Amino acid sequence: MEESGHPYEKFLRKDRIPHIWCEGCGNGIILNCFARALDELNMDLNKVVVVSGIGCIGRVSGYTNTDSFHTTHGRPIAFATGVKLANPELKVVVISGDGDLFAIGGNHFIHAARRNLDIQVVCANNFIYGMTGGQYGPTTPLDTWTTTTPYGNIEQAFNLVHLAAACGSVYVARWTTLQTRWLTESIKKALQKEGFSFIEVVSQCPEIFGRYNKMETAIKMMQWFKEASVVEHFSDPAKAEITPHRIVTGEFVDIEKPSYGRLLKEMKTRIAEKK
Amino acid sequence: MTTTTTTPIEKPRQIVRSGRRFISGDIACAEGAIAAGCRFFAGYPITPATEIAEHMARRLPQIDGVYIQMEDEIASMAAIIGASYAGVKSMTATSGPGFSLMMENIGLALMTETPCVIVNVMRGGPSTGQPTMPGQQDVMQARWGSHGDYEIIALAPSSVQEMFDLTIDAFNLAESYRVPVFVLADEIVGHMWERVTIPNAESIKIVNRKKPTAPPSNSFAPFKPDEDLVPPMAVFGEGYHFHATGLTHDERGYPRTESAEVQTQLVQRLCNKIRKNKQKIVRFENAMLEDAEVAVVAYGIAARAALSAVRKARAEDIKAGLLRPLTIWPFPDEQVAELARRVKALVVPEMNCGQIVREVERAAKETPVIFLPKLGEEPHKPEEILDVIRGIHR
Repeated sequence: MEESGHPYEKFLRKDRIPHIWCEGCGNGIILNCFARALDELNMDLNKVVVVSGIGCIGRVSGYTNTDSFHTTHGRPIAFATGVKLANPELKVVVISGDGDLFAIGGNHFIHAARRNLDIQVVCANNFIYGMTGGQYGPTTPLDTWTTTTPYGNIEQAFNLVHLAAACGSVYVARWTTLQTRWLTESIKKALQKEGFSFIEVVSQCPEIFGRYNKMETAIKMMQWFKEASVVEHFSDPAKAEITPHRIVTGEFVDIEKPSYGRLLKEMKTRIAEKK
Repeated sequence: MTTTTTTPIEKPRQIVRSGRRFISGDIACAEGAIAAGCRFFAGYPITPATEIAEHMARRLPQIDGVYIQMEDEIASMAAIIGASYAGVKSMTATSGPGFSLMMENIGLALMTETPCVIVNVMRGGPSTGQPTMPGQQDVMQARWGSHGDYEIIALAPSSVQEMFDLTIDAFNLAESYRVPVFVLADEIVGHMWERVTIPNAESIKIVNRKKPTAPPSNSFAPFKPDEDLVPPMAVFGEGYHFHATGLTHDERGYPRTESAEVQTQLVQRLCNKIRKNKQKIVRFENAMLEDAEVAVVAYGIAARAALSAVRKARAEDIKAGLLRPLTIWPFPDEQVAELARRVKALVVPEMNCGQIVREVERAAKETPVIFLPKLGEEPHKPEEILDVIRGIHR
């Protein structure tokens, strides 16, 4: 045993640190909560696969000390579908960003949720394409500024928890990076749930989104989260749009429904018994 | 029904349905995949490849496999990469429009060295084109369709028997070289019904990917190649805790986006593992070439008419022969070059506006190459090819 390391260092590839994320970025908080959840559940790390797409948080798969895969842009859920169905013993977790999962990858998200594929999806929603330098995306709020909305954003933003609930997810939650204990508990819950679970993490990008929108430090962005967020468990996800004045957080959906994998297994058993 | 489809009378859990069968090319392809060990199929319906998906949907659950219909071909391709990394031989099947959508993740499969098989039952394009008509218009897309530099393997079946045999071969090549392998069929070969001999399971040669011999450790390098330039493949869940990425990566699998050296080493190895093993990969068939003065170079459905034309020419005492590439990629250019040195001219019939003919011209150098294009419903008629052979003979 090595001495005096960080309590969660066994969850990280130490030779990949330092990470590439900017100072003040929320991604480290998300990774920390994920590691904490794995630790508290005493998960067998040999059976965990972390899959990510492209973008800042997409690099997370390279930092987690499990089997991991960094896919093409938007495709982590489609890749994860193959992994999970080919080896149902694996716990397959997708951690990716709002642009990756809901713009280029939106189709895969809605269909994996509809199928109730047995995977866990954690979305770091920072309202912007950070890796490419700050363009607006599917969650960028109305009337905010990015490099490609130089006159202000005139597009409506996706309400991700509403979308996830409508598509059939068995577990849906939203937290900000300030609510780390709730977030950790949610990840633990999702990891133990059968079926498609979705956790949105409202995360700060002070370096780019913040800079363009008068919140140029992590403190200022998190001040916004602190002032605007309310915890309202099982409120109507349709009414949970993120606005400058209100970020509804909490659990929105927690239901039971047989997963695709279970139905597939049952179907195979029926076929085998018939002959 | 006068045809004998295999399903109702078979033992459903029988894996290899040995015996003489009268089946379609698409079904033969699916049965070949199963015989090769494929247990995961992800796809999206598309004419004229849908019958492969339908047959897999029926067969795979019987033998503990997985069929999943994805939301599109992008997802299908991503899913088969995922399944392969989970240790299961995987396949998808499509046609031109779907093949275009798969190009993105075919690049990912190349970069992450994922063994998998992609069947393209080619139809007429561009775009939606002619869904129920044959074509050979995707052979250059197969070679160059995904961005970046790479080498690929593509096989071109001419018969229903070859739909079975070459699909097995495709899996074996994919597993040997950790590369996505294409089966480039066409609508006629896919939909045609012919007699097929399916061998006994024990007489079918099956290749499985090399596995790492060292136990999991902190220094495990998942992309460190052996002498044949192919790295042994760890899969998820074995305890290796390895990383794979579509980014340029070192032997540890870690991103090295800033290093010219790593980029050079990686991309050259990805190309060289095919180039340097070319002699072992290239497959072709010669017919009546020993003394030939005129040679036809044809693949896929076009080779059927070409063989008939060559036989008719021989009946007229014209010394004609056929070189039939079974691997379009890597292209048997050395064989074409050798042939070109001893014939008057080469004839290339293709169901497109001129694609493989460029490869033939490149290899043939000074020897004249006559191209016979064909688009639409009908394949080449033997007489059309024979007329050209006669013209060269005179």
